[in-house]
Amino acid sequence: MELNAITIGFVVFTIFTLGGGIGVVTTRNLFQGTIWLMVSLFGVAGYFVLLSAPFLAAVQVLVYIGAIAILITFAVMLTRSVTRIKERYIRILPSFIVSLALFLILLFGVTVPIFSGHLPESAPEYVASTRDLGAALVDENGYVVPFLLASVLLTAAMIGAIFIARDESA
Amino acid sequence: MAPLWMYLAVAAALFSLGVFGVLARRNAVAVLMSVELMLNAVNINLVAFWRYSETGTDLLLNGYAFTAFVLIVAAAEAAVGLAIIITVYRNRRSVIPEEARALKG
Repeated sequence: MELNAITIGFVVFTIFTLGGGIGVVTTRNLFQGTIWLMVSLFGVAGYFVLLSAPFLAAVQVLVYIGAIAILITFAVMLTRSVTRIKERYIRILPSFIVSLALFLILLFGVTVPIFSGHLPESAPEYVASTRDLGAALVDENGYVVPFLLASVLLTAAMIGAIFIARDESA
Repeated sequence: MAPLWMYLAVAAALFSLGVFGVLARRNAVAVLMSVELMLNAVNINLVAFWRYSETGTDLLLNGYAFTAFVLIVAAAEAAVGLAIIITVYRNRRSVIPEEARALKG
Protein backbone atom coordinates (compact mmCIF):
# COMPACT_ATOMS: atom_id res chain seq x y z
CA MET A 1 0.00 0.00 0.00
CA GLU A 2 1.87 3.03 -1.28
CA LEU A 3 1.59 6.54 0.03
CA ASN A 4 -0.63 8.55 -2.28
CA ALA A 5 -3.64 10.84 -2.10
CA ILE A 6 -6.11 7.98 -1.67
CA THR A 7 -4.13 6.51 1.23
CA ILE A 8 -3.89 9.88 2.97
CA GLY A 9 -7.61 10.40 2.39
CA PHE A 10 -8.38 6.98 3.84
CA VAL A 11 -6.38 7.75 7.01
CA VAL A 12 -8.01 11.18 7.40
CA PHE A 13 -11.53 9.82 6.90
CA THR A 14 -10.81 6.98 9.33
CA ILE A 15 -9.82 9.54 11.97
CA PHE A 16 -13.01 11.51 11.22
CA THR A 17 -15.30 8.48 11.30
CA LEU A 18 -13.95 6.70 14.37
CA GLY A 19 -13.09 9.87 16.29
CA GLY A 20 -16.58 11.21 15.71
CA GLY A 21 -18.06 7.88 16.75
CA ILE A 22 -16.07 7.86 19.98
CA GLY A 23 -17.23 11.42 20.59
CA VAL A 24 -20.88 10.42 20.09
CA VAL A 25 -20.79 7.60 22.62
CA THR A 26 -18.66 9.37 25.26
CA THR A 27 -19.64 13.04 25.32
CA ARG A 28 -21.68 14.33 28.22
CA ASN A 29 -23.20 17.28 26.38
CA LEU A 30 -25.61 16.05 23.69
CA PHE A 31 -25.14 19.19 21.60
CA GLN A 32 -21.48 18.31 21.30
CA GLY A 33 -22.59 14.75 20.59
CA THR A 34 -24.55 16.02 17.58
CA ILE A 35 -21.47 17.83 16.30
CA TRP A 36 -19.42 14.64 16.73
CA LEU A 37 -22.12 12.74 14.85
CA MET A 38 -21.78 15.23 11.97
CA VAL A 39 -17.99 14.70 11.96
CA SER A 40 -18.45 10.93 11.82
CA LEU A 41 -21.04 11.11 9.05
CA PHE A 42 -18.74 13.39 7.08
CA GLY A 43 -16.00 10.78 7.33
CA VAL A 44 -18.41 8.16 5.98
CA ALA A 45 -19.22 10.51 3.07
CA GLY A 46 -15.47 10.66 2.39
CA TYR A 47 -15.36 6.87 2.24
CA PHE A 48 -18.13 6.95 -0.36
CA VAL A 49 -15.99 9.31 -2.47
CA LEU A 50 -13.00 6.97 -2.15
CA LEU A 51 -15.22 4.03 -3.16
CA SER A 52 -16.29 5.96 -6.31
CA ALA A 53 -19.88 6.51 -5.21
CA PRO A 54 -20.09 10.32 -5.41
CA PHE A 55 -23.90 10.35 -5.50
CA LEU A 56 -24.07 8.56 -2.17
CA ALA A 57 -21.53 11.00 -0.70
CA ALA A 58 -23.69 13.95 -1.77
CA VAL A 59 -26.84 12.30 -0.40
CA GLN A 60 -24.98 11.48 2.82
CA VAL A 61 -24.06 15.14 3.33
CA LEU A 62 -27.53 16.39 2.36
CA VAL A 63 -29.70 13.86 4.18
CA TYR A 64 -27.58 12.87 7.16
CA ILE A 65 -25.64 16.01 8.02
CA GLY A 66 -28.22 18.40 6.61
CA ALA A 67 -31.46 16.81 7.81
CA ILE A 68 -31.03 14.04 10.37
CA ALA A 69 -28.37 15.82 12.45
CA ILE A 70 -30.48 18.99 12.52
CA LEU A 71 -33.51 16.89 13.51
CA ILE A 72 -31.51 15.38 16.36
CA THR A 73 -30.43 18.88 17.43
CA PHE A 74 -34.10 19.88 17.60
CA ALA A 75 -34.89 16.78 19.67
CA VAL A 76 -32.03 17.60 22.06
CA MET A 77 -33.36 21.13 22.51
CA LEU A 78 -36.97 19.98 22.98
CA THR A 79 -36.07 17.38 25.63
CA ARG A 80 -33.79 19.35 27.91
CA SER A 81 -34.03 17.40 31.10
CA VAL A 82 -30.26 17.36 31.37
CA THR A 83 -30.35 18.08 35.09
CA ARG A 84 -32.29 14.89 35.84
CA ILE A 85 -29.78 12.54 34.24
CA LYS A 86 -26.90 12.32 36.66
CA GLU A 87 -24.86 9.65 34.96
CA ARG A 88 -24.18 9.16 31.29
CA TYR A 89 -24.13 5.38 31.30
CA ILE A 90 -26.14 2.46 32.54
CA ARG A 91 -24.60 -1.06 32.80
CA ILE A 92 -21.39 0.27 31.25
CA LEU A 93 -19.14 -2.72 31.97
CA PRO A 94 -21.27 -5.47 30.35
CA SER A 95 -21.97 -3.17 27.40
CA PHE A 96 -18.26 -2.53 26.95
CA ILE A 97 -17.44 -6.23 27.13
CA VAL A 98 -20.18 -7.15 24.65
CA SER A 99 -19.21 -4.48 22.12
CA LEU A 100 -15.49 -5.26 22.45
CA ALA A 101 -16.17 -8.96 21.94
CA LEU A 102 -18.32 -8.14 18.91
CA PHE A 103 -15.54 -5.98 17.47
CA LEU A 104 -12.94 -8.70 17.95
CA ILE A 105 -15.20 -11.32 16.35
CA LEU A 106 -15.89 -9.04 13.39
CA LEU A 107 -12.20 -8.17 13.02
CA PHE A 108 -11.33 -11.87 13.12
CA GLY A 109 -13.91 -12.61 10.43
CA VAL A 110 -12.66 -9.73 8.30
CA THR A 111 -8.94 -10.46 8.51
CA VAL A 112 -8.97 -14.27 8.23
CA PRO A 113 -9.87 -14.31 4.48
CA ILE A 114 -6.76 -12.17 3.76
CA PHE A 115 -4.46 -15.08 4.44
CA SER A 116 -6.45 -17.52 2.33
CA GLY A 117 -6.54 -14.97 -0.51
CA HIS A 118 -10.30 -14.80 -0.87
CA LEU A 119 -10.56 -11.04 -0.51
CA PRO A 120 -9.88 -8.98 -3.63
CA GLU A 121 -6.89 -6.69 -3.27
CA SER A 122 -7.87 -4.18 -5.91
CA ALA A 123 -11.18 -2.97 -7.26
CA PRO A 124 -12.22 -3.39 -10.89
CA GLU A 125 -11.34 -0.46 -13.11
CA TYR A 126 -14.77 0.04 -14.62
CA VAL A 127 -17.49 1.10 -12.20
CA ALA A 128 -21.14 2.07 -12.50
CA SER A 129 -21.87 5.78 -12.54
CA THR A 130 -24.66 7.92 -11.12
CA ARG A 131 -26.28 7.86 -14.58
CA ASP A 132 -26.45 4.05 -14.39
CA LEU A 133 -28.03 4.25 -10.94
CA GLY A 134 -30.63 6.73 -12.15
CA ALA A 135 -31.51 4.49 -15.10
CA ALA A 136 -31.71 1.41 -12.85
CA LEU A 137 -34.01 3.16 -10.36
CA VAL A 138 -36.74 3.63 -12.99
CA ASP A 139 -36.04 0.43 -14.93
CA GLU A 140 -38.80 -2.16 -14.64
CA ASN A 141 -36.13 -4.86 -14.42
CA GLY A 142 -34.26 -2.76 -11.85
CA TYR A 143 -35.46 -1.08 -8.71
CA VAL A 144 -38.66 0.72 -9.68
CA VAL A 145 -40.84 -1.13 -7.13
CA PRO A 146 -38.56 -0.39 -4.12
CA PHE A 147 -38.18 3.15 -5.47
CA LEU A 148 -41.95 3.69 -5.38
CA LEU A 149 -42.28 1.94 -2.02
CA ALA A 150 -39.59 4.25 -0.62
CA SER A 151 -41.66 7.31 -1.53
CA VAL A 152 -44.70 5.75 0.17
CA LEU A 153 -42.56 4.99 3.24
CA LEU A 154 -41.26 8.56 3.42
CA THR A 155 -44.79 9.98 3.16
CA ALA A 156 -46.04 7.59 5.85
CA ALA A 157 -43.09 8.44 8.11
CA MET A 158 -43.69 12.17 7.67
CA ILE A 159 -47.42 11.91 8.45
CA GLY A 160 -46.71 9.55 11.35
CA ALA A 161 -44.05 11.79 12.86
CA ILE A 162 -46.34 14.83 12.68
CA PHE A 163 -49.24 12.85 14.17
CA ILE A 164 -47.19 11.35 17.01
CA ALA A 165 -45.40 14.56 17.98
CA ARG A 166 -48.52 16.77 17.74
CA ASP A 167 -49.35 18.57 20.94
CA GLU A 168 -53.03 17.83 21.55
CA SER A 169 -53.49 20.57 24.12
CA ALA A 170 -52.26 23.26 21.73
CA MET B 1 -6.76 1.97 -3.48
CA ALA B 2 -6.98 0.75 0.07
CA PRO B 3 -7.66 -2.99 0.23
CA LEU B 4 -11.16 -4.18 1.04
CA TRP B 5 -10.41 -5.49 4.51
CA MET B 6 -9.46 -2.01 5.75
CA TYR B 7 -12.92 -0.67 4.94
CA LEU B 8 -14.47 -3.70 6.62
CA ALA B 9 -12.32 -3.23 9.73
CA VAL B 10 -13.30 0.44 10.04
CA ALA B 11 -16.95 -0.48 9.56
CA ALA B 12 -16.63 -3.17 12.26
CA ALA B 13 -15.15 -0.63 14.68
CA LEU B 14 -17.89 1.91 13.93
CA PHE B 15 -20.60 -0.75 14.33
CA SER B 16 -19.15 -1.83 17.69
CA LEU B 17 -19.09 1.80 18.85
CA GLY B 18 -22.76 2.05 17.91
CA VAL B 19 -23.58 -1.16 19.79
CA PHE B 20 -21.84 0.20 22.86
CA GLY B 21 -23.77 3.47 22.62
CA VAL B 22 -27.11 1.70 22.21
CA LEU B 23 -26.48 -0.58 25.18
CA ALA B 24 -24.82 1.87 27.56
CA ARG B 25 -26.15 5.38 27.02
CA ARG B 26 -29.01 6.53 29.26
CA ASN B 27 -30.40 9.29 27.07
CA ALA B 28 -32.78 8.07 24.35
CA VAL B 29 -31.51 10.70 21.89
CA ALA B 30 -27.96 9.40 22.37
CA VAL B 31 -29.25 5.87 21.75
CA LEU B 32 -30.80 7.03 18.49
CA MET B 33 -27.53 8.70 17.48
CA SER B 34 -25.71 5.42 18.12
CA VAL B 35 -28.23 3.63 15.90
CA GLU B 36 -27.30 6.09 13.15
CA LEU B 37 -23.63 5.15 13.63
CA MET B 38 -24.51 1.46 13.19
CA LEU B 39 -26.49 2.19 10.03
CA ASN B 40 -23.52 4.09 8.62
CA ALA B 41 -21.18 1.20 9.38
CA VAL B 42 -23.50 -1.09 7.40
CA ASN B 43 -23.53 1.44 4.55
CA ILE B 44 -19.72 1.45 4.40
CA ASN B 45 -19.78 -2.35 4.16
CA LEU B 46 -22.40 -2.36 1.41
CA VAL B 47 -20.61 0.21 -0.74
CA ALA B 48 -17.19 -1.42 -0.19
CA PHE B 49 -18.45 -4.87 -1.20
CA TRP B 50 -20.20 -3.33 -4.19
CA ARG B 51 -17.03 -1.53 -5.29
CA TYR B 52 -14.78 -4.56 -4.96
CA SER B 53 -17.16 -7.09 -6.50
CA GLU B 54 -16.32 -8.39 -9.95
CA THR B 55 -18.46 -6.75 -12.62
CA GLY B 56 -18.73 -8.69 -15.82
CA THR B 57 -20.34 -7.41 -18.96
CA ASP B 58 -23.44 -5.96 -17.32
CA LEU B 59 -23.18 -3.56 -14.42
CA LEU B 60 -24.14 -4.64 -10.95
CA LEU B 61 -25.87 -1.95 -8.96
CA ASN B 62 -27.28 -3.93 -6.04
CA GLY B 63 -24.94 -2.55 -3.37
CA TYR B 64 -25.22 1.01 -4.64
CA ALA B 65 -29.03 0.98 -4.79
CA PHE B 66 -29.35 -0.89 -1.48
CA THR B 67 -27.28 1.81 0.24
CA ALA B 68 -29.56 4.50 -1.18
CA PHE B 69 -32.59 2.66 0.24
CA VAL B 70 -30.87 2.25 3.62
CA LEU B 71 -30.42 6.04 3.65
CA ILE B 72 -34.14 6.52 2.96
CA VAL B 73 -35.19 4.09 5.70
CA ALA B 74 -32.74 5.76 8.11
CA ALA B 75 -34.35 9.14 7.44
CA ALA B 76 -37.83 7.71 8.13
CA GLU B 77 -36.56 5.94 11.25
CA ALA B 78 -34.96 9.11 12.64
CA ALA B 79 -38.12 11.18 12.06
CA VAL B 80 -40.49 8.68 13.74
CA GLY B 81 -38.03 7.81 16.52
CA LEU B 82 -37.46 11.44 17.49
CA ALA B 83 -41.22 12.08 17.39
CA ILE B 84 -41.73 9.17 19.81
CA ILE B 85 -38.96 10.48 22.11
CA ILE B 86 -40.53 13.96 22.15
CA THR B 87 -43.99 12.52 22.93
CA VAL B 88 -42.63 10.34 25.75
CA TYR B 89 -40.78 13.37 27.13
CA ARG B 90 -43.95 15.45 27.02
CA ASN B 91 -45.98 12.84 28.87
CA ARG B 92 -43.41 11.57 31.36
CA ARG B 93 -40.78 14.35 31.58
CA SER B 94 -38.10 11.76 30.91
CA VAL B 95 -35.83 10.73 28.06
CA ILE B 96 -34.58 7.58 29.78
CA PRO B 97 -35.77 4.50 27.88
CA GLU B 98 -36.09 2.40 31.06
CA GLU B 99 -38.66 4.81 32.49
CA ALA B 100 -41.09 4.41 29.58
CA ARG B 101 -42.69 1.22 30.85
CA ALA B 102 -46.42 1.95 30.91
CA LEU B 103 -47.07 -1.10 28.73
CA LYS B 104 -45.05 -3.48 30.89
CA GLY B 105 -47.11 -6.44 32.09
